[in-house]
Amino acid sequence: MRPWLIIAGLVILRATGPMAQEAVAEFKSDTGTPTTELLVRSTTDIEILAPLLQAFVTANPTIHLRYEQWGSNALYDDSLAACERGSEAADVVFSSGVHQIVDLVNRACATPYRSAATDALPVSRRWRDEIWGITQEPAVIIYNTALVPKGTVPDTRFALLDLMRQPESAFTGKIATYDVEASGLGFLFAFMDSLEATTFGSLLEGFSRLKAVATCCSAEIIDGVAEGRYLIAYNVLGSYVDARPRRDVGVILPRDYTLFLSRTFMIPKQAAHKREAAQLLEFLLSPQGQTMLAEVNLFQRTDRDARPLPDSARRAIPIDPKLLVAMDRHRRQLFVEQWRTTFARERED
Amino acid sequence: MADRSGVAPVTTSLLSRVMVGVLSLLAIGGCVITLAAFAYGRNAARQAYDRLLLGAAQDIAESVDIRSGAPVVDIPVSAFGLLALATDDRIAYAVHGPNGALITGHDRVRQPEPADARSAAPVYFDDAMQGEKARFVTVLRRFTERDFSGTVAVTVGQTLRARHAMAYELTRGAMLVTGLGGLALILSAYLVIRSAMRPLERMAEELTARDPYDLTPMMADGPAEVAVVAHAMNRFMQRLDRQVGAMKNLISDTAHQLRTPVAAIRAQTELALEDDPDQQPQRLERLVRRTRSLGELLDQMLSRALVIHRADNTPPELMDLRDIALRVIEEQDHEVLAPGVEVELVIGDRAVMVMGDEISLCEAVKNMLANALRHGQAPIQVGVGIEDGDAEIWVKDAGEGAPEEVLSRIGQRFERSAASSGNSAGLGLSIVKSVAGALNGSFRMERTESGFRATLALPVDTSGEQP
Repeated sequence: MRPWLIIAGLVILRATGPMAQEAVAEFKSDTGTPTTELLVRSTTDIEILAPLLQAFVTANPTIHLRYEQWGSNALYDDSLAACERGSEAADVVFSSGVHQIVDLVNRACATPYRSAATDALPVSRRWRDEIWGITQEPAVIIYNTALVPKGTVPDTRFALLDLMRQPESAFTGKIATYDVEASGLGFLFAFMDSLEATTFGSLLEGFSRLKAVATCCSAEIIDGVAEGRYLIAYNVLGSYVDARPRRDVGVILPRDYTLFLSRTFMIPKQAAHKREAAQLLEFLLSPQGQTMLAEVNLFQRTDRDARPLPDSARRAIPIDPKLLVAMDRHRRQLFVEQWRTTFARERED
Repeated sequence: MADRSGVAPVTTSLLSRVMVGVLSLLAIGGCVITLAAFAYGRNAARQAYDRLLLGAAQDIAESVDIRSGAPVVDIPVSAFGLLALATDDRIAYAVHGPNGALITGHDRVRQPEPADARSAAPVYFDDAMQGEKARFVTVLRRFTERDFSGTVAVTVGQTLRARHAMAYELTRGAMLVTGLGGLALILSAYLVIRSAMRPLERMAEELTARDPYDLTPMMADGPAEVAVVAHAMNRFMQRLDRQVGAMKNLISDTAHQLRTPVAAIRAQTELALEDDPDQQPQRLERLVRRTRSLGELLDQMLSRALVIHRADNTPPELMDLRDIALRVIEEQDHEVLAPGVEVELVIGDRAVMVMGDEISLCEAVKNMLANALRHGQAPIQVGVGIEDGDAEIWVKDAGEGAPEEVLSRIGQRFERSAASSGNSAGLGLSIVKSVAGALNGSFRMERTESGFRATLALPVDTSGEQP
């Protein structure tokens, strides 16, 4: 048993309000006496990050790490409130809502930090030395290996479109994807799809015709595919699939292009312990941190695959001000309207 | 305290003074260029990024659409792509409706005053963005639709990091080039100035190393200015050398020439004292003759010293040789030397102009005349004329002249025979020769059909010739 599994401080609380954290865990070194409490607010499941965090506090025994797991929208609202209205700020914000964190940085809510490790990051994974993309997680297509014949498994969006064009398809009502209104991540993926390729319109049309299901949560989608309720799910975060391995779930990295999400790390302007926050950043970017992220599938190394993706098909969601468009009220409204129109017919049925 | 005024104070060299001048000029130029480059860089950055800002604002304005009576903004990603070209700058934008209500965007973006917004041209303004300086532009779009009429204002702003970075880059580039150019200029200025100064330096070195008693000429090559100085110094040193030589000669001649007559006078005096009283008048007479002869010798020697001195110290002047001849006759010195002898003056009506020194020439002619009076036979003529392009002043007598061997050594500095015999003819002619030499002329003595003629020939000066 690894020590992180038996840490005394691991307490998981269920969320009680919309603005509150979903779960909390505390990490501290077995030896040594912590003198500083580092408050981390993150969208990542505690279970996934626990080994890393424990390794971090072991290496830095003076730090007592309090980890709060938040929903991405709630975390954005909380951070914005801390920035603009001076409520209590976290020391670290670590979120998969990349566009939200970019917006926070654009609103001057972050603290700059620079080191050799941050400079080594590719330009698409940092901005203004205030926001850093730590992970690399693909948006994948998953399918039920038992129910989908091997020949029909779509490995590109075009194949998926062809599959959805068949008139009396076995896939009717059996395709799932994120509901962009309910899921921040789903919105980001769909939005990036709409910018990335012309296939997006056809995809929406296909979803509409096959009465695809839009649902809120990764867990539900993955379970649905595993149990055969859905045959195919589109734009699922690969790391979640890997985190809950199922026997009958196959994963496809679309070969026309695969979006890669990089969870973003930010030190809020009002953070009380900026030095320790930077230490955590350094740890995550260190070779040890990156290895451990890869172990928990937060850092996808495509070069290990049997059929590696061509470089041209790898589309990292770049951390830059263009993502601010995704935060625009009207743009979002228009996008959501388009989405609703697509899935409305299904509801009418 | 020892008096150290004899030691020249060490002052800065010409090279270092010129270099300091050049360096300060370059430094001033560098400062001016830096300021200009900075102003230029800032301006260029402002223009460049203002265009990006305007492009983004116009992109957004284009995307405004009227749907069911309300403006809807479908923000294009390209607008933010433009703004993202300023990599590290934060962005603010807002779209305001006709009544100033926020349609979409950031609520903290200020809309410019309506007075500014009346014109259709984009309005740029500076404002703060979350406490950081930023640049904004507002673009208006007017709608006149069935269900919507009014103006939509799109305001886009950006912080100034990229502008500052660009201005800095431009300034730095300009400064780098200027700096390199300045270094090259300094280096070449140093080389040029040093090579120009080299002859001066060499002259200084030569002068420093020179023995103070060394009066030989120095090298006079190099540029004109330096050559002039060197020539002047050489002339000066030559004159000094000549004068020192003349002085030495004068002293040695004087000592030499006086020794014999003075010894003779002493001997005569002693004899007069010891001899019979009957012999005394005879002895005294001899003594008087000796003394007179000594006086003449002294006159001659002083006159020669005068001539030599003047030859080096008095610049020659334009004069008429006829005036010289007239003056010599008029002074009537010959009356003392040979009373009763007629001296004829032979001059034409044309001026004979030469460059010369009046006193020296008079001395020379007097000596020639005295020589003729002493050794020649009447009639004696003094004449002036031009012959073979030379101005000549001559003295002629009807005698045979001096024997050949005397002629050949005549005019040498001193002659023992002359001195020992107590007469000063040799010395007198040496004065004539000196004058001829000093005035670039020549002296000759020749026998002619009508007698013996001594001629001082000088180059004619035609420049000042009066018609």
